[in-house]
Amino acid sequence: MKKKRLTLSNKRAITGLLFIAPWLIGFIVYYLKSLILTVQFSLSEVSIGETGGYHLDFTGLDNFKYALLQHGTYNQILVQSLIDVVVDVVAIIFFSLFIAILLNQNFKGRTLVRLIFFLPIIMNAGAINDAIETARTLLQGGATVAVGDAASAAGVNMDYFLSIFIDLGVPDGLIGYITDLVARIYEIIRASGVQIIIFIAALQSVPGALYEVSKIEGATAYETFWKVTFPMVSPLILTNVVYTIVDSFVTSDVVETAYNTAFTQYNYGLSSAMSILSTVLVCFILVVTGAIISKKTFYYN
Amino acid sequence: MQAKVMDMKIRFSKLNENSQFQNEKKKAITKSKKIMFSLVRFLILLGISFVILGPLITIVSHSFFSSTDVYNPSAYLIPLKGTLENYSLVFKRLSYVKTLSSTMIYVITLMGLQILICSMVGYGFARFDFPLKKLLFACVIITIVIPTHTIMLPLYMEFRNFDVFGLKELFTGSAVNLLTTKKPMYILTLFGCGLRSGLYIYIFNQFFRGLPKEIEEAAFIDGAGSFYTYLRIMLVNAKPAVITVAVFSLVWQYNDMFYCKLFSLNAKSLMSLSVSTVQATIEFVDKVKDPMISQLYLNAGIVLTIIPILVVYVVLQRYFIEGVERSGIVG
Repeated sequence: MKKKRLTLSNKRAITGLLFIAPWLIGFIVYYLKSLILTVQFSLSEVSIGETGGYHLDFTGLDNFKYALLQHGTYNQILVQSLIDVVVDVVAIIFFSLFIAILLNQNFKGRTLVRLIFFLPIIMNAGAINDAIETARTLLQGGATVAVGDAASAAGVNMDYFLSIFIDLGVPDGLIGYITDLVARIYEIIRASGVQIIIFIAALQSVPGALYEVSKIEGATAYETFWKVTFPMVSPLILTNVVYTIVDSFVTSDVVETAYNTAFTQYNYGLSSAMSILSTVLVCFILVVTGAIISKKTFYYN
Repeated sequence: MQAKVMDMKIRFSKLNENSQFQNEKKKAITKSKKIMFSLVRFLILLGISFVILGPLITIVSHSFFSSTDVYNPSAYLIPLKGTLENYSLVFKRLSYVKTLSSTMIYVITLMGLQILICSMVGYGFARFDFPLKKLLFACVIITIVIPTHTIMLPLYMEFRNFDVFGLKELFTGSAVNLLTTKKPMYILTLFGCGLRSGLYIYIFNQFFRGLPKEIEEAAFIDGAGSFYTYLRIMLVNAKPAVITVAVFSLVWQYNDMFYCKLFSLNAKSLMSLSVSTVQATIEFVDKVKDPMISQLYLNAGIVLTIIPILVVYVVLQRYFIEGVERSGIVG
């Protein structure tokens, strides 16, 4: 019998599979299995055995019901984190696009400024933030700290400016939004390091010929921005929105609550249910925003 | 008199018509516009830089404060009685050299693994066709998008009772507990499920797709195997992507708290964990009960923690920014 020989494309398929094998194994053994287990946990009551094993009792949707209807703070935290994410995403995207455009220009000391602006990527560290937070809480105790910070950072009489805007008839909601942003400017700057990098990369890849043409045609800087720059970087806005949403959810209180439920109260089932609820919500937000943005996106190629 | 004024007027209008003067005027306007614009830009950048650097400056200056300076309202940013005592105590309590070296070994090993594994997988996705490729790549995207905390419990349990196919239990009756060691992280990274591995795979995939196919074909004709081609030709050409991933993984891994907490690593072996507990340690061991003063030690600790990563960042930042610009993040 003649041995069956593989075609070249078959051979290449096998090599390709070999290349991705480490990830594939890891994905199936750790990721997929864990994902399925989490769903299973969330649908049952988990009891931990003496030797470290566990026992599952199927309880249906009880954990979800408990998390949403009976747990003291969970739904409040969930809604608050969602609102925070939505508010932050808008601010971060606009801020980082603005900064990227500034940093993309040629001026003296650009390297230094870039160095400073990417510092938050390093400084935005779980460890250091944790430590500072603990120190602050020890000093003054929790909630009062944030308010005091905002006031001292601004260094101006906010009430006066607020009253001017209210007299001018600016809607209260808008004022609330803006003051909220100003108070959290540090957090927004800190969270937009990676986004700035991505936008700078995007700006660099815009062909210079487009700018030359618009200059010859007599377009103003404003028009150039809206007709050339913005459409050209718009595909990256989607990437940045996705990154921002995921990133801000990872550091939000929802995760903290789920973590504490698991490791201080040992209620694994409830914790899994909380995780799944928040993940589903994040995915929902991602799909909705993704659908909206990709409709408006302009693709050059 | 009137004739003189008329004469002046005529002269002036002539001057206005003079195209050279017109040009000069226009030039002056654009120049002043430019200056105004760069002034505004300077102010904006200065303000934001201040917001970024502000806390850092406070931390650094407070780390030199002595205990009398804290309660002295005239000492602002510059200590009146500067001291290095904060540093020397924190240095001891953190057991700095030991902690730092063990952290660095951990972080750099993981970085090496991330680069090797993620570039391999990225290359596999970029250059080879195999069944279900699109679905599998969607799975990579899923690992980026779904927050890791969703799967933290099963991961915890997996390594609480670590066992490959239940072999160990078959022979010795119990599984291995890998918690409190660094092995879980090594294992996860080795199988492409480490800290943000999905993102790195994506970056490498985009970069390799942008490289010309001709180099590989030339290598193939010269008789190089696929793996050899990847290692000696593609990986060398992917320098920007490699540096991007290296910096990201180094910094993020160094700062990571999530996995450290999840696998309950020993606080003494990692910088990020050590520094988050150093204030409590000093309050407890050295009987510094005043939080205003114990905070000074924390500031010194934070400075000591940031310095190594800052050095790496400053050294690599030029390549890093170039790398981001050239690597395929932009697609």
